Amino acid sequence: MNSEKYKRFAFKKMNLRTKTLLIISLTALLLLAIVINSFFIDTSSITTNFPLRNMGPSLEHLFGTDWMGRDMFTRTMKGLGLSIQVGAFASIISTIIAVVLGLLSSMNKYIDLFVNWLIDLFSSIPHLLLIILISICLGGGAFGVIVGVGLTHWTSLARVLRAEIKQINTSEYVKLSKNLGKSKLWIARKHLLPLILTQIVIGTILIFPHAIMHEASVTFLGFGLSPHEPAIGVILSESMKYLATGSWWLAFFPGLSLLIIVLLFDLIGDNLQKILDPTNAHE
Amino acid sequence: MNYKTLGKFLTYKFIRLVILIIAVSIISFLLIDLSPIDPVRAYIGEMAVSAEQIAKLQAYWGVNEPLISKITNWVGNILQGDLGTSLIYRTPVVDVISERFTASLTLMFTSWVISGVLGFTLGTLAGMYRGTWIDKTVKGYCYILLAAPTFWIALLFLMVFSVYLGWFPTGLGVPVGKLAADVTIWEWLVRLILPAITLSLLGVAQIAMFTRDKLINVLSSDFVVFAKSRGESGWNLIKRHGIRNILLPAITLQFLSFSELFGGAVLVEQVFSYPGIGQAAVAAGLKSDVPLLLGIVLFSTIFVFCGNAIADLIYKFVDPRIKEGESYEQ
Repeated sequence: MNSEKYKRFAFKKMNLRTKTLLIISLTALLLLAIVINSFFIDTSSITTNFPLRNMGPSLEHLFGTDWMGRDMFTRTMKGLGLSIQVGAFASIISTIIAVVLGLLSSMNKYIDLFVNWLIDLFSSIPHLLLIILISICLGGGAFGVIVGVGLTHWTSLARVLRAEIKQINTSEYVKLSKNLGKSKLWIARKHLLPLILTQIVIGTILIFPHAIMHEASVTFLGFGLSPHEPAIGVILSESMKYLATGSWWLAFFPGLSLLIIVLLFDLIGDNLQKILDPTNAHE
Repeated sequence: MNYKTLGKFLTYKFIRLVILIIAVSIISFLLIDLSPIDPVRAYIGEMAVSAEQIAKLQAYWGVNEPLISKITNWVGNILQGDLGTSLIYRTPVVDVISERFTASLTLMFTSWVISGVLGFTLGTLAGMYRGTWIDKTVKGYCYILLAAPTFWIALLFLMVFSVYLGWFPTGLGVPVGKLAADVTIWEWLVRLILPAITLSLLGVAQIAMFTRDKLINVLSSDFVVFAKSRGESGWNLIKRHGIRNILLPAITLQFLSFSELFGGAVLVEQVFSYPGIGQAAVAAGLKSDVPLLLGIVLFSTIFVFCGNAIADLIYKFVDPRIKEGESYEQ
């Protein structure tokens, strides 16, 4: 085809599929780079340097320095890496819970009622409070937050999966399999799982931004990661003490970077949905 | 409307609420009981106490009783309306909560109404002028706000309006050196403005995006195309066919957002030191004030449940389309 030639040259001339794929891979690469980078940031490089304390943003210190002379850019980068890791663990936990409950609800009517009740129960307690409770229960720290966030964010995905599975279960081929005497486990594995895989992948990615934000909020309130770690929540709650002195960069840049990370995840999620979801393939 | 079905619905919801309260009290109690918090230690605080007195306190509170009897005691007390005594404030939990909840409800209700009206208006405008700069601005605003951490926006507002411009005091629910009871309405209102604005602006995003998408959906439907071909256009068309169709779903969504509203209020209150329920919850959690924390969890659950129940009520009984659909089923 003739048009194939031009697609390589300009972004505008690419077809939507290539464009979407490009966006997804670039964003994912960027996020991966942040995480890998944060592994190589040695905490000892965030040393105190008192002659350089409370400096505004400059070329040498992009995000300025704090009251102990630590470089805020390095701290923020390390914090973002931490946030993404916590978010990753938490959304994987959430997804596993959602998938297990979704598949269980297809087993029989009573389990379905129970799952439905469980979803209602978990969405009735404000998430923030529940995360705080779970985090307190586990004694705080990274483990507490990860489990807390993981245990609270599965409800929306579970709801979607439950509805989807219900619909699939009424289809002809599932009925046929049932009549052929296949077990429920076999149907779940061979018919349900492949069809809901798209929803699972998209659901996981879409849980990510919420998980990251809730982790930062809970840490900010003092229930999450320990104050020694350079998490974004810790940085921002420290910055509150120095607001009155006019050190605006302490709060502004770390928060902005978190916002950008969340936006990037939203971007991946939206584009992935475009590619994987066949219902809007024609757009 | 059929009063009999309404009565049935309300009874059903009430039974669910009671079951929910029992379940939530058991779960939250279990979580706290499993935690490393030692209630006796939390009560004693910094005081020097002999081992004998500690043993007495432990016996008084039944620390060493079996778990089942602890839970039944706790749930029984709750059903009688007794939530215990707060360790921080040294007053009954019910009193603390009722005082704090009033302050929070004012904050939440104000921002709930503002964000609802503003969000709906912006969403309608964006949907009406789809693809123009208005639409793009609203969309950009919503995307950014949906991704922004609540407490960060609150910090920025505090920085700009309180520290730089000096329009508002930096936090503290009451002016220094005054008793809470002596605060005039005006002083209190000044402290309400900034948190309420922050919370409203954040709440706008979700409702605006929802309204925009719904309106675009409605505007591409057959009956709107027909109305257009009859010569209807502009605001009249939107008013007659658009808003009528999207107002109820939007209000329902607003009621469903109570959980997020509460979460946002906790963070905003913490940043602005607004003396509401969220701040009390954080203080209770940090200082291991177990009775107060559990009480707040219960009350916030009831609050969220009410929002969900009202949304359900609107969905089932007010929306004319659903009513028709139901009668077909029967």
